[in-house]
Amino acid sequence: MTVTAPERETVVAPATAPSYGMSERTRKERRLGWKLTAPAVILMLAVTGYPMVNALYLSLFSYRLTDPSGRKFVGLANYGVVLRDSLWWQDVVTTVIITVVTVAIELVIGFIFAMVMNKIIFGRRTVRTAILLPYGIITVVSAFAWKYAFALDSGFVSNWLGWLVGKNYNWFGHRGSALLVICLEEIWKTTPFISLLLLAGLSQVPEVLQEAAKVDGATFMQRLWKVTIPNMKAAIMVAVLFRALDAWRIFESIFIMTAGAQKTESLSFLTYRQSITRVALGIGSAVSVLLFVTMVIIAAIFLKGFKVDLGTVKGERR
Amino acid sequence: MAPITMNHITKVYGDGYPAVNDVSLEIADGEFMILVGPSGCGKSTLLRMIVGLEDISSGDMLIGGERVNEKAPRDRNLSMVFQNYALYPHLTVYENIAFPLRLKGVSDDEIKRRVEEAATTLELTEHLQRKPSQLSGGQRQRVAMGRAIVRQASAFLFDEPLSNLDAKLRGQMRTEILRLQRRLDTTTVYVTHDQTEAMTLGDRVAVMRKGVLQQVASPRELYEQPLNLFVAGFIGSPPMNFLPAAIEDNQVKLPFLSYPLPREVAAQIGDSDLLIAGIRPEHFADSSLVDEHKRDRGTTFEVKVDVTEWLGSQQYAYVPFEAPEEINRHLAELQQELDGEQMRTQMIVSLDPASRIRDGAKAELWLDPSRVHLFDPRTGKNLTRDAKAEAPAATATSSASGSASSAPAPAPASSSAAASSTAPASSAAAPAPASAPASGSAGSAEPPAPDGSLRPT
Repeated sequence: MTVTAPERETVVAPATAPSYGMSERTRKERRLGWKLTAPAVILMLAVTGYPMVNALYLSLFSYRLTDPSGRKFVGLANYGVVLRDSLWWQDVVTTVIITVVTVAIELVIGFIFAMVMNKIIFGRRTVRTAILLPYGIITVVSAFAWKYAFALDSGFVSNWLGWLVGKNYNWFGHRGSALLVICLEEIWKTTPFISLLLLAGLSQVPEVLQEAAKVDGATFMQRLWKVTIPNMKAAIMVAVLFRALDAWRIFESIFIMTAGAQKTESLSFLTYRQSITRVALGIGSAVSVLLFVTMVIIAAIFLKGFKVDLGTVKGERR
Repeated sequence: MAPITMNHITKVYGDGYPAVNDVSLEIADGEFMILVGPSGCGKSTLLRMIVGLEDISSGDMLIGGERVNEKAPRDRNLSMVFQNYALYPHLTVYENIAFPLRLKGVSDDEIKRRVEEAATTLELTEHLQRKPSQLSGGQRQRVAMGRAIVRQASAFLFDEPLSNLDAKLRGQMRTEILRLQRRLDTTTVYVTHDQTEAMTLGDRVAVMRKGVLQQVASPRELYEQPLNLFVAGFIGSPPMNFLPAAIEDNQVKLPFLSYPLPREVAAQIGDSDLLIAGIRPEHFADSSLVDEHKRDRGTTFEVKVDVTEWLGSQQYAYVPFEAPEEINRHLAELQQELDGEQMRTQMIVSLDPASRIRDGAKAELWLDPSRVHLFDPRTGKNLTRDAKAEAPAATATSSASGSASSAPAPAPASSSAAASSTAPASSAAAPAPASAPASGSAGSAEPPAPDGSLRPT
């Protein structure tokens, strides 16, 4: 009581009593909130926080599992090695190409799919299921399916497109064509995800706005660009952000289809090769930390640069 | 600016239900037409068919003499104010109003001029750079109107524009809309379920029921000479009283009084001996307050008043009565159609606030039987409708009976009535009530005639 007394004097007199009661209740509520979230927070710290900190720690050492006794503190030298290596930059370029191409194409196709799913009346369930089906297939499985479709021995695509590229075209034998197949597989597989997020945004644009725009004299394209898209901008940015971060980590498709050959290696794949194949834990950790940093930069650009408000996806818009 | 003509317009939905059933309506250039009716009567559907947001199942829709059935909304050059305003949330007020002009590629200078002009008219100038979410309901409503008036549309369409506003603002905006329409002199179709809006705004009012047009007439005619039971019950607040009227020995026997059966009614009823009498609450009076010279025109009778409500300018007394089962059934059905509920059979009497009649007391009331309407309970048709009482200009409906669609004759004279209504109304009695002897402005105990001050019938 003696502690609270001077506090109470500083506040405006009449409001003191009730506001004090409220703040006590609020404080209790906040304490309860912390107690309720504590198990989840502890679990997250154990399974996510610890490996991240450990990776950061390991990246400061020259350390190969084949030579545990040779472990030596090298400071930031590993980062210097990675950033000076042209392989890192080549993989950055590969990852950027895959991310930009897939996200751009998926955004367009996903938007068309979302509009179809939003508008369709007959066979709604069938169409929605058909559109969403690829997303339900395990990435490894779909990667194998696409690999077999394009491979020299089992592939039928070369047969179909023989008139264009020659009967025995080796799709995985050139950087461009290999990246093309990888991108196609990514697009086929994850467009449903982006179209789901866009559908959620689309359904938040009231139909009456479309009607008002029709009466105001807007054509379909004018309604799309001047009414629909501006009103679902937040949903679009969130969809692009999620997909970009997802595409930036691409691993399975490359692992299965080319195993990084023909300069199709992505940053995730580089991390894998350093840490697992070469068991160079120091360098591998440095690459994974750098990969993490690039993702933070992408997220920061979206959240700060484009002012994406994640609350809008959940319909918390004022 | 263009007239709108509807010929046998029908809207049938997938389940075969006709939401709008064979509606024919002629809206003159510059006329203010109200579509009114209880919810689900098809008035909004009809409006949406005019603007093109709803397909027309059959019939012809003509705007400015040109058939527009197959035209997209953007090619009809109409502007519409939606119930929830439908403002573009991502645009400022300025850009919201400018939106139709931007679509047409009007130059920036011209847009600026016209938006500012509209904003001045609607007193929105200081809000032009704000977003709709920062505006109050009334301001949003004005922005929606600004978007409608900024381009030279052939007609304005309003879909219950005031129903999201609170009562006080609604009254103000109603006057604003009227003033705006009179000034711009643009053909206007206005959908509402609020009969105050219908009575005060419209040059003519079209009453709809279950997709069928019931009566198209001036507000005064609708009030004084309703075509059928539905219109009589819908128009007026408090509503018209419906009492059982037994016909015996050429006498109309109401629960509290009887009077001689009018001759023109006797000719129509055949052998039926039970009618429904419709009496407006204000046609009753406290007999002690009736002027001597008027008293002889009517009859006095005694009732037991259940409850009274004193409102300052008015006083209502509620008088319960018993009605035969058949009439009760008709009235309950009617109430349901009117979005109401038949609680008990009671009569509402509008009394002079000076009246000393109090709850639970016996009261002597006065009524002029010539003001009583008699309806056929089976068809709902008004048997006492005095066709002569209508001003010729307002005769827009054919003599179709209640359930049939009444095709309004395109009366060219009605547009002149509309035009003349902008002129200040004289206090002289309109020709309409001339044959109803007890009407007129002389009786001090009489409440003022509805809508009498704005325009002649």
